[in-house]
Amino acid sequence: MTAGLSGRAAICGIGQTEFSKESGRTELQLACECVKSALDDAGLSPADVDGLVTFTMDTTEEIDLVRNLGIGQLSMFSRVPYGGGAAAGTVLQAAMAVATGVADVVVCYRAFNERSGMRFGGFASTLTSMPLFLSWYGPYGLLTPASWVALHARRYMEAYGVTNADFAPIAVVDRTHAATNPDAWFHGRPITVEDHQASRWIVEPVLRLLDCCQESDGGVAVVVTSTERARSLRHEPAVVVAAAQGATFDGESMTSYYRDDLTGLPEMGVVGRRLWEMSGLGPDDIQTAFLYDHFTPFVLMQLEELGFCGRGEAKEFATVENLSIGGRLPINTNGGLLGEAYIHGMNGITEGVRQIRGTSHNQVDAVEHVLVTSGTGVPTSGLILGRA
Amino acid sequence: MSGRLAPSMTPDTAFFWEGVRDHRLLIQRCTECGTLRHPPRPMCPRCTSLSWEAIEASGRGTVLSFVMPRHPQFPGFDERFIVALVELEEGTRLVSNLVGTTPEEASIGMAVEVRFEHFDNDVVLPQFVPAGGGPGGAAGAAPDPGTGADR
Repeated sequence: MTAGLSGRAAICGIGQTEFSKESGRTELQLACECVKSALDDAGLSPADVDGLVTFTMDTTEEIDLVRNLGIGQLSMFSRVPYGGGAAAGTVLQAAMAVATGVADVVVCYRAFNERSGMRFGGFASTLTSMPLFLSWYGPYGLLTPASWVALHARRYMEAYGVTNADFAPIAVVDRTHAATNPDAWFHGRPITVEDHQASRWIVEPVLRLLDCCQESDGGVAVVVTSTERARSLRHEPAVVVAAAQGATFDGESMTSYYRDDLTGLPEMGVVGRRLWEMSGLGPDDIQTAFLYDHFTPFVLMQLEELGFCGRGEAKEFATVENLSIGGRLPINTNGGLLGEAYIHGMNGITEGVRQIRGTSHNQVDAVEHVLVTSGTGVPTSGLILGRA
Repeated sequence: MSGRLAPSMTPDTAFFWEGVRDHRLLIQRCTECGTLRHPPRPMCPRCTSLSWEAIEASGRGTVLSFVMPRHPQFPGFDERFIVALVELEEGTRLVSNLVGTTPEEASIGMAVEVRFEHFDNDVVLPQFVPAGGGPGGAAGAAPDPGTGADR
């Protein structure tokens, strides 16, 4: 009965802190700030909130948010696992709660000091013992998300004759969009294909520096309520037309090296099929997308999993022209994780809402539906947002 | 050789690392349906049996993928060390290092074979070298007396 969810809930508020490399305050404070900002945007007060959803990885406890914001009581709270794969999943959880009457107003949040605090790409430098999940990889020097992704992506490159240069358009498009977004860390700093190709290797021969998203401090929150209630609030609702999570057999978190075929992202395949089925839409119905871009190769693979092009065709599809404003599928109009900030994908959802409202700094014409995906190489999630 | 961080293990996975200490590359096999699996886990995903045994792999395989992590650099690794995804001839896969060759000589699809490396801090790990006769292959290269290579 997944069709029962389509159209029932909407995002009525979005909020964020500034995006920086050193916030200078606690993750708890960042969470308080972004949630308050989202409620203000919606025209709601903390007293209206009765549900909270965040990432398993988030350090801010629900009860601490309640105590800081003065929320009276919660009737629903849940967390979504697998790092950035959780982002759209938080909205799915919220939409289910709203659609079933379990909660009326649910806030989804993610706030961290991922640059000034614990860095995902650097934590291994300080390890004194090997965590269990890393024991099949870490002793051999496969110690960072970039290296985990690269070993997988190289199979894709081998299968379809893809080289690192084929990833350049993703970085160039993201940074071009970031350049005109005042909220983006890389505001005013576009790059060229030559810049991409001149950047140093992070994991040879797959990922250069400009293939890897930045690390950021900041927080992002969205407010989900019923579409009916959202219509009475101050902004045009961004309706949850479809929402899905996906996981498949023999996967791991970032190190899914054991499936027969390593040229795809089957978790995203599950999400894509569910989104199209639930919405009754197809790739041609999407005017702009936020494709999770922690590492550029997985953006190409997402285009294939979601059906925007055929298997092995993404290197032809993913040109700067096609992915820019005015092209076939403008992506990451806020600059993406590479250009705006790495807020674990939650800033892709807020950008999707802005595209529906018509308030993006890089607004696409005549937007009816926006696709938003979450972390790849892990169990993941996705959303299609639309107009009320 | 400098040290490497030792793997953590659980009762589900300890047999693999104990095998490595004995210079044996072990693969978990379901005693009900015979399906091989790696990484180790308590239940067979094909038949849900909890009964299993460990068989010794031939140590021969092929390189499915390999990369050279360059940044950040970690202590104990050369500047362009190679991490490889190896498919054993029995059919299971594991991540390891490719040694005794260079990034330029290595290739996807190349035949490799296991040897066992003892690191300074008493950690033993399986490592793979080009199969005998290949570029820098075990058969063509002088054995390193300090590594405990036995294949």
